[in-house]
Amino acid sequence: MNIDKDLVAASATPLVLAILAESESYGYAILKRVREISDGELEWTDGMLYPLLHRLHRLGYVTREWRIPSEERRRRYYAITDEGQAALAEHKRQWVTVAKALGDAWGGGDLLPLAFGGA
Amino acid sequence: MDQLELEIEEWRAFVEQSPAVDGRDVEELEDHLRAQIADLTAVGLSPDEALLVAVKRMGAVDELSREFAREHSGRLWRQLVSSDGGEQEPSESRWLEALVFAVASATAIQIARMTAGFPTEPASWLLRNASLFVLPFLAGYFAYRRRLALRQCMVMAVPFVIAAVVINAYPFVEGGSTEVLVAAHLPVVLWFVVAYPYMSGVLRSHERRMDFVRFTGEWFIYYVLIALGGGVLLALTAFILDPTGVDSERVIDWVLPPGAAGAVIVAAWLVESKQRVVENMAPVLTMLFTPLFAVMLVAAIVVYVATGLGGAFDRDLLGVFDALLVVVLGLVLYGISARDPSASPGWMDRIQLIAVVSALVLDVIVLGAMIARIGELGFTPNRTAALGLNVLLLVSLVGTAWLSARFLTGRSTFNRLERWQTTYLPIFGVWAAAVVVVLPPLFSFS
Repeated sequence: MNIDKDLVAASATPLVLAILAESESYGYAILKRVREISDGELEWTDGMLYPLLHRLHRLGYVTREWRIPSEERRRRYYAITDEGQAALAEHKRQWVTVAKALGDAWGGGDLLPLAFGGA
Repeated sequence: MDQLELEIEEWRAFVEQSPAVDGRDVEELEDHLRAQIADLTAVGLSPDEALLVAVKRMGAVDELSREFAREHSGRLWRQLVSSDGGEQEPSESRWLEALVFAVASATAIQIARMTAGFPTEPASWLLRNASLFVLPFLAGYFAYRRRLALRQCMVMAVPFVIAAVVINAYPFVEGGSTEVLVAAHLPVVLWFVVAYPYMSGVLRSHERRMDFVRFTGEWFIYYVLIALGGGVLLALTAFILDPTGVDSERVIDWVLPPGAAGAVIVAAWLVESKQRVVENMAPVLTMLFTPLFAVMLVAAIVVYVATGLGGAFDRDLLGVFDALLVVVLGLVLYGISARDPSASPGWMDRIQLIAVVSALVLDVIVLGAMIARIGELGFTPNRTAALGLNVLLLVSLVGTAWLSARFLTGRSTFNRLERWQTTYLPIFGVWAAAVVVVLPPLFSFS
């Protein structure tokens, strides 16, 4: 499915933060998780993940450090911070609000119970 | 496999060419590419196919470098805002429009000067209104360059109109201190107004405000350079013309004011079109001057405290110290704008903190002396303006020092410090406007 550019851009930050909230990770693994979660629907341009991670680091939402996983070349691991958690919570609130409005508009209001846990 | 390594090296070299992507980013990207290739070959693709798919998934390299550049420099919002993710608009020089506005401003000042008969006759109205003959043209230049909508242009014109009315309608006492204060603060107010077209009417964006701070610093550098060059030129002209009997003073009267006015716009044009050059100059200049000022401030404090003269400043000295504090704040601000926000704390940041703390201490001393004077001698326009300025500086310096310290100890990000500056800066504009509009009536225009 061809998802609108703006939707992809808007969902990128909350998605990455949520994945890092699950556990710390590195770039490629984050990307694989995104594909996994979205059943392959979200096809990001791989390279674009890294400027985003830079931005999150600059804003203080994630920390990053180089590590050498078992005899491979070194790799940068990212972990979420408290501020990142707060930002994620804020994103969640905004998305729930929008989803509710859309659910009501499309008739029913129960459109996205699974995604948002009945909120 | 060797072929694969070769091609990965080639891709890496290609990515490294882009100035916005630094070595560690390239390493990260390469690691990503290799992981992707490994996964794809595990699924069954041949190394060649895997490389092809992996590179395609990584995305076009120039798109990538644009995104990185956008992350690392506050400037590129200008090229990206209208192109909607499309091609990058090259920063054309477009000198003609700059020339038109510069000539217009120069002409306006010249006409005003001739009408006022300056300098043969004292014309305080000319000095009061001088910035009104220059800065609206600068604002117009940016409005034209950013293709501001008509409605926005009208919004922009309002403060200029109000300023013109206020400056000329108020019945100032000739040569009184309110008049001088207004003449000094008006350019500051109007400079803040110029920020509106510069930022394309978006006032709240932190990036754009930071960009305007950078612009101000660089504009100042270019203006000083032009002024120095112009000064040399005029001096030589005067020497050459002396023997011919042409009155060099008159020549200077004719050339200097329009030149100074036009140079304002020319300097702005230079900043806009020659971004790369100054981006290298800025960090060097701040690296040079911040330690010098830090040393000077510490020395001043030590001397004054040691000689016990802390409370006995006279008004001239207070004025000099106020100017010093404003210069230091400007230097710190410029240093913050010129610094790469994602770099970790370094020795330069520590020196800057020393400068800020010394300025803070000096500000407290000056405030104390000023309050003592006001207590003894009462409020005057000068003292009120200076008091307000010092209080605002104090708050700004406290915030800067606090957030700097937190950044240096790793408990906060540089981004916080930047945001403090851009959030707090408009207050100076508001204060300057208050001095221009509210202060004179308060002191009966004396």
